[in-house]
Amino acid sequence: MSTDLIRLDPCGLYVPAADIHVDPWRPVERAVITHAHGDHARRGSRQYLTSRRGQGVLRARMGTDARIETLDWGERLRVGDAILSLHPAGHILGSAQVRIEVGGEVWVVSGDYKLTSDPTTTPFEPVGCHVFISECTFGLPVYRWPDPKEVFESILEWWEENAASQRTSVLFGYSLGKAQRLLAGIHERTGRHGAPGPILVHGAVHRLLAPYREAGIALPEVEMANRSSAEQAGGRALVVAPPSAGGTSWIRAFSPSSTAFASGWMRLRGTRRRRGGDRGFVLSDHVDWDGLLNAVEATGAQRVGLTHGNTAAAARYLREDRAIDSWALPTRFQGEAGAETDDPEADDGGDTPRTDDSSPKGGAAT
Amino acid sequence: MKAFTRLFTRLDRTTRTSLKVEALEDYFRAAPPADSAWALWVLSGARVKRSVHTGRLREWVAEAAQIPLWLLEESYDAVGDLAETLALLLPEPPKADRDPPALHQVMDDWILPLRRRSDPEKKELLQEAWDRLEPQERLVFHKLITGGFRVGVGRKLVTRALASVVGMEPAVLAHRTTGRWEPTARDFLLITSPDADLPDPGQPYPFLLANPLENGPAELPGPPECWQVEWKWDGIRGQLILRDGEVLIWSRGEELVTPTFPEVAEGARILPSGTVLDGELLAWKGEGPLPFHQLQRRLGRKRVGRKLLDEVPVTFLAYDLLEQGGEDLREKPLKERRRRLEALFSQRNLESPTKVDPPGESRAGLPLALSPLVRVESWAAAAELRGRSRELRREGLMLKDRESAYGVGRIRGPWWKWKVDPLSLDGVLIYAQRGHGRRASLFTDYTFGVWDGDDLVPVGKAYSGLSDAEIREVDRWIRGHVVDRFGPVRAVEPGLVFELAFDGIRPSSRHRSGVALRFPRMARWRRDKPPSEADTLAGVLGLLQRMERDG
Ligand SMILES: [Zn+2]
Repeated sequence: MSTDLIRLDPCGLYVPAADIHVDPWRPVERAVITHAHGDHARRGSRQYLTSRRGQGVLRARMGTDARIETLDWGERLRVGDAILSLHPAGHILGSAQVRIEVGGEVWVVSGDYKLTSDPTTTPFEPVGCHVFISECTFGLPVYRWPDPKEVFESILEWWEENAASQRTSVLFGYSLGKAQRLLAGIHERTGRHGAPGPILVHGAVHRLLAPYREAGIALPEVEMANRSSAEQAGGRALVVAPPSAGGTSWIRAFSPSSTAFASGWMRLRGTRRRRGGDRGFVLSDHVDWDGLLNAVEATGAQRVGLTHGNTAAAARYLREDRAIDSWALPTRFQGEAGAETDDPEADDGGDTPRTDDSSPKGGAAT
Repeated sequence: MKAFTRLFTRLDRTTRTSLKVEALEDYFRAAPPADSAWALWVLSGARVKRSVHTGRLREWVAEAAQIPLWLLEESYDAVGDLAETLALLLPEPPKADRDPPALHQVMDDWILPLRRRSDPEKKELLQEAWDRLEPQERLVFHKLITGGFRVGVGRKLVTRALASVVGMEPAVLAHRTTGRWEPTARDFLLITSPDADLPDPGQPYPFLLANPLENGPAELPGPPECWQVEWKWDGIRGQLILRDGEVLIWSRGEELVTPTFPEVAEGARILPSGTVLDGELLAWKGEGPLPFHQLQRRLGRKRVGRKLLDEVPVTFLAYDLLEQGGEDLREKPLKERRRRLEALFSQRNLESPTKVDPPGESRAGLPLALSPLVRVESWAAAAELRGRSRELRREGLMLKDRESAYGVGRIRGPWWKWKVDPLSLDGVLIYAQRGHGRRASLFTDYTFGVWDGDDLVPVGKAYSGLSDAEIREVDRWIRGHVVDRFGPVRAVEPGLVFELAFDGIRPSSRHRSGVALRFPRMARWRRDKPPSEADTLAGVLGLLQRMERDG
């Protein structure tokens, strides 16, 4: 891969022509950040480049000292011999794909992305390229997402049932991205029909609401979740909390409760029963199998590199059944699909209790 | 199928017994008898004969999903459940107005006829079924086709729920649903109508199961005199039924094993009709029982040759009398049942409980004998005797409440098993495989090895014994230390040491080490031990030799 536009060095994906890293694992001079999740945006680099939409959440994660520059969608920036631009990935607020062009050759790094609808993020835009580096977290054909509309219907039904029997509804979702998507999705529906009760959120979720509101995303009124706000709601509340809050004494304040988990992993019965509490809702911010194949086709790429998840299987399928030269890129956190450590949506790597995103357990590849 | 799938989903979703019973009651209250019959049948663990080769099924699903077969296998590896994998892979059913048939129609029109069809016809039939079923219904459908229907409800729970719906005693219903009945509306109505007169003579009673006594008999209520003490035999539990001149032997798994033990069936003819005995089937020769692995040579056979009958003769050691003269004795106290049992045996000149300390072995070798009482003056004396269990090839002692009735299932109180402390060794984790069901995506099935020179040779597989947190930690470690893959099996670096408890050890030609452990389980994670300090094969072989000699 010596003549490749992007190569892997000890810090991650490196673009020699621009002397810049994409989502580096360690501090570097200049970093392009696809989105603010802990395993893509690590502290300590001298300079960051991210999308204008993503600036707020990245700032919230990086602190006030970080040097962050931004690009509008599609805005072209020359860096060394390369032209860089950012394009919507549809993963979380401001999440971007990185387009790199050098001497007429184009590579695109997808970051995390999805094709399903989500009011909190700009929809994924396929970008034509020669080489596409795609995430593959859910790269097996058993992962196919249901229509989010139906998922939100069942979330509301569940909440209504619980409220009717005065059982607090506790819904777990990753605190950056998933939680806001849940709130926005619920808001879209309860705005019309009214909500069964108040919405309470965990502190980790609360901290990340401001950048979303500032970006103009419609979110419902919420209160901080604690014993007194729960008691006041008399079992009619919906509590949105990161998965790390499960099993803590904090969560016991809401008893009696029904617990649920919103994640792509809930597609499997095994994980649903192991991690899902009373209910598991299949709602993912990652691309599913069909979406991956569609995205690859839409880019027109003849070479596809895959990271995260069961990359070997998806690469083999693309090679053998789609005649696309495909290979598996080493992922920072080695593991097999479904591993607890690279369980992007089940685990909330670098979330509530940890502020230091370089913690070794940050294997949550979200 | 809608209602049954909903039941499956509700059962699958919760671990709370009360919610499971509620879901079962809701189902049985609303379902027509023809559906209830099948639901009862599959939920109580009865198997539907496999009607399609799973290899074929995989091929057809791969074809319908337009993926190569290897990708289906990769998916199965990640999901851990075949029925579910297939349901997840199939394309969405057509949106046309789809009315899934009732459960009994699914069974009668699709699943039962499948067996007699040719492969192309089977494929056509399956395609028709898939088109008419929702994804979750397909999962249930695949479970029905492939056998294994486990949703965390036992026969006992199902019986309890159904009994409350039809207004019957759970014990009566449990008895009627044990053994032989057909999943038809007619049979279902018969067994669930409180005053039906059931003609089938062959039904066994549900077994009363013992609970383990973790901290010794001091925790039991009452002095030793309140307790009937017996040996815990290392055989298989059985029920011997004599009704209408017929002899039937049922195993605890409710399999009819009469042809497997012809000498016992023959010997039992000396007893009067209307007799039901609970006891243990044991390989027994001369002075005492043979090791369990000898008895295993007799299991699963429909016909037993002369040679094997000579080499491994089997005895039924009776320890309870459940029916006499056609009368159900289960409500009578144990002391009364035991008195009648002893009287019956002495009347027929069968083994009587003479001197039993040390146990009277002299009369053994008979196809039918009485499991002797162990008389102890104190719990201390009992403990001492229990300490000799292993050399006598016994598993420990049984303690039974003399006043207790013969209940159904594993109820706490009447029967306790006080097993001998397990043997143990320190083994190194060498292979791992994903589990099934709740732990399908975790590596939970482990193979352990001991040192043979510089080599680690496998001695046993274990699944349980770790906490959920430990399982996750070991799972993570495994994923980072894989050195090789063989299908679903991962070979890992030697790094983790576990203390394995086991009940016995036997020679095995299937294992490279030449030995296999009996009932190995993980006693604890030896984080303090480096792999180099795990046990050696020489040490394990020494243990085997000592046991063969002492036994
Ligand atoms: Zn992410």
